[in-house]
Amino acid sequence: MSEKIEMIECPVTLSYNFSAGAAPTRFLRGMKDGRLTGQRSPLTGKVIVPPRGACPESGLPTSEEVALPDTATVITFTIVYLPIPTSKLDPPFVVAKLVLDNSDQTFILLVSGCANEDVKIGMRVKAVWKDQSEWDYSMDNIAYFEPTGEPPVDIEALKTRRLAEARQYIEKKAGSK
Amino acid sequence: MREVAIIAYAQTPLVRDCGSKNDVELVMEVVHAVKKQLNFTNKDIDFFCSGSCDYLGGSAFAFVNALDALGAVPPINESHVEMDAAWALYEAWLKIQTGHANTALVYGFGKCSQGDLPDVLTLQLDPYYTQPLWPDSISLAALQAQALLDAGKITEADMARVVQQSRANAKAKPTAQLKGDFTVEQLLAEPKLVSPLRRHDCPPVTDGASAVILATREVAERFHKRNAYITGIDHRIESHQLGTRDLTDSLSTRLAAAGAGVAKGKVDIAELHAPFSHQSLLLKQALGLDDSTKINPSGGALAGNIMMSQGLSNFGEVAQRIIKGEANRGVAHATSGACLQQNLVAVLEGK
Repeated sequence: MSEKIEMIECPVTLSYNFSAGAAPTRFLRGMKDGRLTGQRSPLTGKVIVPPRGACPESGLPTSEEVALPDTATVITFTIVYLPIPTSKLDPPFVVAKLVLDNSDQTFILLVSGCANEDVKIGMRVKAVWKDQSEWDYSMDNIAYFEPTGEPPVDIEALKTRRLAEARQYIEKKAGSK
Repeated sequence: MREVAIIAYAQTPLVRDCGSKNDVELVMEVVHAVKKQLNFTNKDIDFFCSGSCDYLGGSAFAFVNALDALGAVPPINESHVEMDAAWALYEAWLKIQTGHANTALVYGFGKCSQGDLPDVLTLQLDPYYTQPLWPDSISLAALQAQALLDAGKITEADMARVVQQSRANAKAKPTAQLKGDFTVEQLLAEPKLVSPLRRHDCPPVTDGASAVILATREVAERFHKRNAYITGIDHRIESHQLGTRDLTDSLSTRLAAAGAGVAKGKVDIAELHAPFSHQSLLLKQALGLDDSTKINPSGGALAGNIMMSQGLSNFGEVAQRIIKGEANRGVAHATSGACLQQNLVAVLEGK
């Protein structure tokens, strides 16, 4: 009598060549040189970073590049206490939604360089870049963001100001045509 | 039944690798193109529906990312199927039938060059008994072709003639991926890839996207004097257990063809979604078509096969020819799954 088989393991593995896209490629080329580059929506005037190719509000391609500083504001954050499989990060750590200065879209990055308990909504932060020898076509070139020590920002006021600036940009563009 | 017509169609060039373009950039191309054909803005479109598969690029929720291409502010009414976009068209057609929409934009996309497509397609199989054996899509199609040869229903020369016709028809389509003049002898002299299939019996791997706009008669008549109306549509599925199916027949196609009313009139053209050459012969028989029907004037899937949007493209190809007056009545077909597991059949008529 042959052995009774109760379980077999069938691993599923597929490998892919990921293509970021034409617009994200321009962003990632900037990262390789230590530059953050947003792209402006031709409809709303908002600056999108990281760009994916289209302004999600209008569906139009974002072709105009906008150089951005590496300073940002914390919009919201969470403290992660559980280890994440495949992540080298040692909990607890802070994951925050940041909006880079002069841009209009949040993205998720690490905040460190202070006690986790001291991270606050509206906190001003600045990128801590890895050593230039480690730079690649990747967001990972920024190790994390750390507090600048500047006074906190009222994010509602920031939002209002950014929206007004985007509107002004579009009006100015329409006027110059 | 409300009368629903296909009033706009766009497709990206059919290419092996579209380079650095991502899903959003592919979708933007066709969505903007169909809207431009009619001078439509999102205000003119009551419903958006798409078909795609996240396994093609290996990234979860890729279909949500692709929504960036639509412009969803102010909010749009939108849905997605993890199927060929022909099934998204079916959903949009139903939405119009219920009276909840008068117009719909349907699109599908596939950037297949990112993975090993025949292996990726293995993951659509039954995960308990079939998938762990890793039969890829070409090997399964080869089993079906061999079954058809063994049953004496087709010959290898018949298969080569399908390829010859596809390559010849595709010459009229500037964006086709594979085209040209070949003789049956030339094709039969090629080595086997997975016996009995030769490389040319298999579909090319194609990156691309396509889109159509559907509209009720009231809207359609504003744009074309003559429109391509969907007068019948049905889809059926067979068991996922390959062993329980008769692979030398396509029962689901027969049922869907009866449901769509293919036999109710003369069929001038048919765009069949037959990724493998032998499947074209099988489908022609299951649909009850004879030599008076021009099969795959676009070249079909052998000339370029955008995974998840080839079936939808067939609707566009048939509609385009009806609107131009090249045909009065046509069949658009879409398939999904291994060895023609699921089939959708529609009849389009010019009025």
